[in-house]
Amino acid sequence: MTGKEQEEIEKEYKEYTVLSLSEYEEGLRNGKLLGLRCASCGGITCHPMPVCQWCGGRSLKRVELCGDGELTTFTVIRVPSEGFEEGAPYIPCLVKTKEGPCVVGRLDYDTESATQELIGKQVKMSGTHTCKGDKFSDGAHTCPVFKIQENKL
Amino acid sequence: MRDVAIIGIGHTKFGRASKTSLELFSEAALQAVDDAGVDLKDIEALFQGAALPGFEEGQVTPAAFSAAELNLGGGSIPATRYEGACASASIAIREAAEWVASGQCDMVMAGGVEKALLMGTLFATRIFAMACHAPTEGPAGLTFPGVFAMAARRYSKNYDIPLDKLREQMALVSVKNHKHGALNPLAQFYKKMGDLKVEDVINSKLVADPLTVLDCCPFSDGAAAIVLCAAEEARKYTDDPVYILGTGQGSGGALSKMKDLTKPDSRIKSARMAFKHAGLRPSDIDVLELHDCFTIAELIALESMGFFEWGEAAEATTEGQTESGGKIPVNMSGGLIGKGHPIGATGASQVYWIVKQMRGEAAKGNQIDPVPEYGMTDTLGGDFGTLCHIILGRGK
Ligand SMILES: [Zn+2]
Repeated sequence: MTGKEQEEIEKEYKEYTVLSLSEYEEGLRNGKLLGLRCASCGGITCHPMPVCQWCGGRSLKRVELCGDGELTTFTVIRVPSEGFEEGAPYIPCLVKTKEGPCVVGRLDYDTESATQELIGKQVKMSGTHTCKGDKFSDGAHTCPVFKIQENKL
Repeated sequence: MRDVAIIGIGHTKFGRASKTSLELFSEAALQAVDDAGVDLKDIEALFQGAALPGFEEGQVTPAAFSAAELNLGGGSIPATRYEGACASASIAIREAAEWVASGQCDMVMAGGVEKALLMGTLFATRIFAMACHAPTEGPAGLTFPGVFAMAARRYSKNYDIPLDKLREQMALVSVKNHKHGALNPLAQFYKKMGDLKVEDVINSKLVADPLTVLDCCPFSDGAAAIVLCAAEEARKYTDDPVYILGTGQGSGGALSKMKDLTKPDSRIKSARMAFKHAGLRPSDIDVLELHDCFTIAELIALESMGFFEWGEAAEATTEGQTESGGKIPVNMSGGLIGKGHPIGATGASQVYWIVKQMRGEAAKGNQIDPVPEYGMTDTLGGDFGTLCHIILGRGK
């Protein structure tokens, strides 16, 4: 056997990622919450994953989410990880987006008045938070920041 | 497939250790072979849980070094490190049982080790948080207490329990587990905090609202090991073999992909797998060692495994149903909160204390009477990323 031509191996090589994490984070920094729409079930996946988070479907297209959602839960971190002390205490949160998927981010709210009553309130993506990271985190990473929409129930 | 038995057990004192991880594991391993009355040379493979040794002592492949230093099997036997964060030892034991069941080996050792105390709280918090989903939960600054704090708020919301009331109910988990930990000579908090009060827990320092430091298990050093063999051979070595009747394992993804933080699919499926394998139901279990990394975690675990209906574990705890003499005694060793949590060793420690219960050798005040027929362990790694359950029995 003589083996396979190098050019042929290179030509056959295929990448499957439709929306990478770095593209997702770049989107966030441009004020866009990007996700993926599934051709099979129509569901939206966010953060980006290799297959649809609802049905495992593999036919995915990029889509922009509106940034609106509902606060599922949150906490106030008072003992942060080493290298993550900046801005502590701070509020990580879980938001159910209008389009369906939940995302983790930070909540822009006074830590000392953040009480249980916030759960269920409408929120909107208002910016981003970038952690400069440490030697274990493969550089800086960005997450969405959400703000309570006080006028909406 | 063959039935599998545990014939020897070993467990170091948990807390702060001056020994290295290799030395700690060796202590537990030597106890276990002596307990079994077998020779180190009889061991054909080692399955060792160790979650973060690279960060703790700059050591990877710890299982190989353990096997070599102990001269297990006379040298050069298969020795593998298992990593499932805090469930590392449980998945190692599960794998070990599979190897014996399949006939691949006749006698093996499983267990785990961790040295987390030497890192200090801030660095330990960082490397424990590596078991969160790094791409999304990393930049949000989530920590382990943070994840369970979020789950506690959800529990309060889901079941319409005022958060202040839930905090009192959660505190009772800490009070109970510290009570038993204080009675356990191998526990990190032996003779300490045995008379903790609900107010002490609620008024201690907030770590991640609403969890205080006394809602959390400590960072710990320690090791535990067990010797397993084919069930039909077990009585050659011991009059009190304990049989592995069923095991289960499940996996979860990023926190944001969970349908409900209080109902982790990974734990529900893993527990069901173990019950199905054992042919048993929650009502058959007499004693439970479960993963109380945080007080709220004990409540979530009890419901996910089917011991209580959704939303009822908090009230059941208040009623004493999880104490000795209650519906299901939970964490009579002190659990992670009272006994300590050297993460890579915890699953093996849980099995150790179930075996001790079945031999009637648990510490006075912690021993169930009568001796339990069936026991179960529940171990959780990461934020519901790796779940493992092991069901044990005095008979096959
Ligand atoms: Zn789909």
